[in-house]
Amino acid sequence: MPILPPRWRIFLITLGIIALPIVIGLVWILLTALFDRVHGLIPQAGLGRENWRFLWQGSLSGRPTIWVALLNSLLFSATVALIEVLVSAMAAYAIARMRFPLRRAYLGFALMLHAFPAISLIIAIFFILRLLGLFDTLIGVILVKASLELPLGIWLMKGFFDNLSWEMEMAALVDGASRWTVFWRIALPLVRPGILALGTFALLSAWGEFILPFTLIVSGRSWTLALYLQSFTSEAFVDFGLMAAVGLFYALPVILFFLLGQRYLLNIYSGGVKG
Amino acid sequence: MSLKAEAATEKGGTAERHRKMRGYGAPLLFLLPASILILLFFIIPVITTVVLSLTDISTLTFRNPSWAGLENYRRLFNDPFIPKILGNTARYLVLTLLFNVTMGLVLAILTSLIPERWGDNFRALWLVPRIMPPVVYVFVWQGLLARAPFGLISDLSGINKGWITAAPWTTIILANGFVGASFGMLLFTSAIRAIPRDLFYASAVDGASTWQTVRRVVLPLLRWPILFVTVYQTLSLLTSFEYILLLTNGGPGLFKTTVWSLHAYKIALSNYFGNVEFALGAAMATFLVFIGVALSLIYMRVFNFNELVSEPKIEVN
Repeated sequence: MPILPPRWRIFLITLGIIALPIVIGLVWILLTALFDRVHGLIPQAGLGRENWRFLWQGSLSGRPTIWVALLNSLLFSATVALIEVLVSAMAAYAIARMRFPLRRAYLGFALMLHAFPAISLIIAIFFILRLLGLFDTLIGVILVKASLELPLGIWLMKGFFDNLSWEMEMAALVDGASRWTVFWRIALPLVRPGILALGTFALLSAWGEFILPFTLIVSGRSWTLALYLQSFTSEAFVDFGLMAAVGLFYALPVILFFLLGQRYLLNIYSGGVKG
Repeated sequence: MSLKAEAATEKGGTAERHRKMRGYGAPLLFLLPASILILLFFIIPVITTVVLSLTDISTLTFRNPSWAGLENYRRLFNDPFIPKILGNTARYLVLTLLFNVTMGLVLAILTSLIPERWGDNFRALWLVPRIMPPVVYVFVWQGLLARAPFGLISDLSGINKGWITAAPWTTIILANGFVGASFGMLLFTSAIRAIPRDLFYASAVDGASTWQTVRRVVLPLLRWPILFVTVYQTLSLLTSFEYILLLTNGGPGLFKTTVWSLHAYKIALSNYFGNVEFALGAAMATFLVFIGVALSLIYMRVFNFNELVSEPKIEVN
């Protein structure tokens, strides 16, 4: 608000108190991972080297190694983001710049799907992946994840293309360039902010994805970090120290991204990205 | 579709029609990948869900399922646990929505009343639960609420018990709420920013206190965003079960915290009950799909759709 109230410090302190659980949660996982024993957020024993044994001990009771899961997670997120950005940019470009029958209907449909809760389709998707022979493969889950976020991507990218001025593209078309060349060489580089925003969103969302791999992947060789971490909760005795270390390892890219790119993050999530 | 179009022009089209048809080649090509994926993972699944719900497919009959008509729906209506699950779903929806919208409002207003830089920091902090991988996020809750020595609440309160089991609903609503509040927060913040400055100056000149300004100027102008957030989150909460699955898995005990979507998921896809009943789960999911389609159609009316689809400016084929 344009006028700062005289007692704004009270509001600042109130905000600090409300946000306390988030801060405490972060501190808890950090301390539990780093120290051998923590009591009420105060370390009671030395550094907990044992918590990090998953890094050097190889396979822990039948699980794939952390490196397999890490590689799968990296592959999963990167491919999902790539497919999502490219495919939605192409479709959005057609909707923003070309005339074709049912254009209105197509955008309307994408908009409707954006609000539609795709997770209710998981039972059917399970069957379709089995039918396609893509059940229990990383590529199957990648396609599902990227597809379910397409409506959002199309919608977001269309907004960016709409805001471009048409002159440059028209000049190129008049000079005889193909639609693809114009898209690839001129329009796409100009919507870099949109690509970055959608790409970041897709990366973060795929990195954290749990339900899809949990349902559609069985074999350890295709496990992502989410499944790796989750597998420790089914043990009779939950090793909180080990789980905190694995969780911290898994969430580290997200935490780093948060620390370095707060303002950018706010822009992405304020810009109409689904919540 | 493109082949058909080509064939039609080859046969009897005039030069004009031929030119026009070839013009659609480019949009078709650009839309092809998206269309295939949407067909495979949206349209076919909707049909599959409905069709599966009309069969008797389960692990026992997986090889040769037979047509069952409305049998699954009849079973659902006669299931003694369904009323309990419906009650749980209503409870989950109402309480989580209440938390999300109230907290979103409080956060948006408070962060707007402090210097911009601080406001941004706090808003960013509230995004942490949203961008955290859900498995890690839930693990932190589990850790904080666990028995001593790890559980912080047990440590501090001196009452050593598993707090999730003791208060499963509170945990679920808080865990969901800390993720969901940021959605309203961001939307309400941009709505507050869009309020003309003159209104604030006018209320200051009139000698209004901060509370009066918030109550008489800001809140009335947020009516529309509040409605939007409420309807939008109703739809996504209705079908989301990820955090409940991870936190309590629908327990403790028999269906204590099982909501509709989680029940559908567990009947159809988890091996918990031995015989996995895809058809019955699909029947439950069919309800969600229909509610989803209906509500998202309403959205299209609520959003000003016509403005979004202004004609392309110039067309060169």
